[in-house]
Amino acid sequence: MAKKAVKQTNGSRVDQFPAPTPAEVAALASCARHGNKPDELLEIFHDLQHQLGYVPDATLPVIAKALNRSRAEIYGVLTFYHEFKRHPVGKHVVKICRAEACQSMGTDALCQHAEKSLGTSLGGTTADGMVTIEQVFCLGNCALSPAIMVGEKLYGKVDPKRFDEIIGGLEKEAAE
Amino acid sequence: MIKIFVPRDAAALSVGADEVAAAIASEAKKRKLQVEIVRNGSRGMLYLEPLVEVTTANGRVAYGPVAPSDVASLFDAGFLEGKAHALGHGLTEEIPYFKNQERLTFARCGITDPLSIEDYRSHGGFVGLAKALQMKPIDIVTEVTTSGLRGRGGAGFPTGIKWKTVHDLPAGEKYVACNADEGDSGTFADRMLMEGDPFCLIEGMTIAAIAGGAQKGYIYVRSEYPHSVHVLREAIEIARRANWLGDNIQGTKHSFDLFVRMGAGAYICGEETSMLESIEGKRGIVRYKPPIPAIEGLFGKPTIINNVMSFAAVPIIIDKGGEFYRDYGVGRSRGTLAFQIAGNIKQGGLVEKAFGVTTRQLIEDWGGGTATGRPVRAVQVGGPLGAYIPESKFDVPMDYEEFAKVDAMVGHGGLVVFDDTVDMAKQARFAMEFCTIESCGKCTPCRIGSTRGVEVIDKIIDDIDRTKNLALLEDLCVTMADGSLCAMGGLTPFPVMSAVRGFPEDFHKPSPNKFLADAAE
Ligand SMILES: Cc1cc2nc3c(=O)[nH]c(=O)nc-3n(C[C@H](O)[C@H](O)[C@H](O)COP(=O)(O)O)c2cc1C
Ligand code: SF4
Repeated sequence: MAKKAVKQTNGSRVDQFPAPTPAEVAALASCARHGNKPDELLEIFHDLQHQLGYVPDATLPVIAKALNRSRAEIYGVLTFYHEFKRHPVGKHVVKICRAEACQSMGTDALCQHAEKSLGTSLGGTTADGMVTIEQVFCLGNCALSPAIMVGEKLYGKVDPKRFDEIIGGLEKEAAE
Repeated sequence: MIKIFVPRDAAALSVGADEVAAAIASEAKKRKLQVEIVRNGSRGMLYLEPLVEVTTANGRVAYGPVAPSDVASLFDAGFLEGKAHALGHGLTEEIPYFKNQERLTFARCGITDPLSIEDYRSHGGFVGLAKALQMKPIDIVTEVTTSGLRGRGGAGFPTGIKWKTVHDLPAGEKYVACNADEGDSGTFADRMLMEGDPFCLIEGMTIAAIAGGAQKGYIYVRSEYPHSVHVLREAIEIARRANWLGDNIQGTKHSFDLFVRMGAGAYICGEETSMLESIEGKRGIVRYKPPIPAIEGLFGKPTIINNVMSFAAVPIIIDKGGEFYRDYGVGRSRGTLAFQIAGNIKQGGLVEKAFGVTTRQLIEDWGGGTATGRPVRAVQVGGPLGAYIPESKFDVPMDYEEFAKVDAMVGHGGLVVFDDTVDMAKQARFAMEFCTIESCGKCTPCRIGSTRGVEVIDKIIDDIDRTKNLALLEDLCVTMADGSLCAMGGLTPFPVMSAVRGFPEDFHKPSPNKFLADAAE
């Protein structure tokens, strides 16, 4: 809700408050739900990411003000954690485990397959905006490697064929 | 009514447990049979998941791994009476994988309904806490010290000493913090307990709170474990309603409340001071020590920090006495450890055993060799900061001191198995790459050293000045080990150098980029 200097027709400038964007409203509401407590900042980011898919930069000044912290601090926290995203992502986020247990069962080949079949690289989103793929280190499913997670759903023993079935299922779901 | 168990553990769900439970329910309906489906935790035989159990007069009978398409044939074969089927394994508790374990911490996991407080109590739950509520705090500390329990998060620091430090400080605002960040690849014991027996963790933390005089506790769970977060939040709510948490627990003068905080995909937040920063809503930058967290921890107050497994061992220690627990194990490694057999393994899962068992026993007797059927070449023990051990060390007993003697680490008890197709130079490179990604950035040897490490290993792989670069890598590892503030930078050299020393041939292969090597000459 940054103040915007607007030029009037008569040439003078007045400060106007534009209506807050939906993201800013969501940020304010989340801060309030968490009692505007600075120690709940990660929970607030999780909240926003859950609602919006990412944490828009425009929410940072709002959060900073609500929690009585500097914008630099809020920005610093957001950018420290791999889980938080600053830009829009696909409808489904697919996390592929690249840690040692999954390496021993061929996750490198799985990653290559995912990149090739979806036409994007780890960290990227498919052209139709359906799927974002990203690397993670350990999903705690190390006896049933390789593991992937789609949203909150975990999958084990994922070879390229099963990967395609899972992605196919997402596309079918969207078509219905 | 016939009781059927289908786990709700995330690993079981990952191979279709929900679909199997639904198929059983609909098949029973179709056949007009009355069944009760309980969603239990996992028994830890993950290679058999989804493992379906049926209660019979002789005990629970196991079938697995069950796919939805197997369900009709299970009914046809009479699995409701525990009859034979191609997927049948007989009585669950007689399966050697399960029978040959020593389950103290995981005594209930997979047996009970994780969210039933009645089930929990009828299987020995809250006996330890009920006792602790009547004990003098110092007597609780003494019992934990007697048990010989050492931190299960990796460092193996004696739990009793930590608790005593907090206990001895003047009364006031104090905290208990549970480290459920479980970032090590190859480990899932914390997750299995949180999802399969969450009241056990709640009980252990409450006992710690009484011992240390804390009023409030946090469980810091990694964001990769959404199932654990949901189960814990529900379990805490149930415990509050039953007055096992909250004000004046069970009518005593003790009050304690518990909250779950979710991490956000940062391995370093498993380091205890980084975790504290994260719970406070900050960047997970490691703190200097001293002051130690027991004296100035969460929000600057005295804090007992322990791993999930450490807290979960406490109820049985208070229930049965420190000496009971101490009687398991070897040397200065007392009690049991939940070993996790993972990676390229035929029968992966959780094996709770007294210290002293060997890597060979775990990967051969329990694990049954590799999943690919090829020979085992290397096992990484103790997570991404643990050493890769070659076959010559498979008979070293699992014991903190014995492992340290061979430059390895038991850590959180995870074993990641690799077959003979593994390229150890690639694994060494990954250890450095992981450090570049996960370093908190506070100190130079870790932040910059790891980047240089990746570059040097790339040169070695490409056969550019190999001898010189191998010497340089060793020198870099010494700098990182000696000059890093925490074990992230400090231990990354272990997997790297263990690969170089244990598998030297992999660092002397022909370059995959021959032209690079030639160009360098
Ligand atoms: C980089 C790094 C990551 C760590 N990750 C974890 C972890 O995921 N879980 C854990 O319990 N301890 C972890 N630790 C160890 C903790 O710093 C600390 O020793 C432990 O939580 C203390 O509890 P304990 O005494 O019960 O083991 C980690 C340490 C380092 C240096
Ligand atoms: S060793 Fe690495 S992770 Fe640890 S404090 Fe230094 S920079 Fe941070």
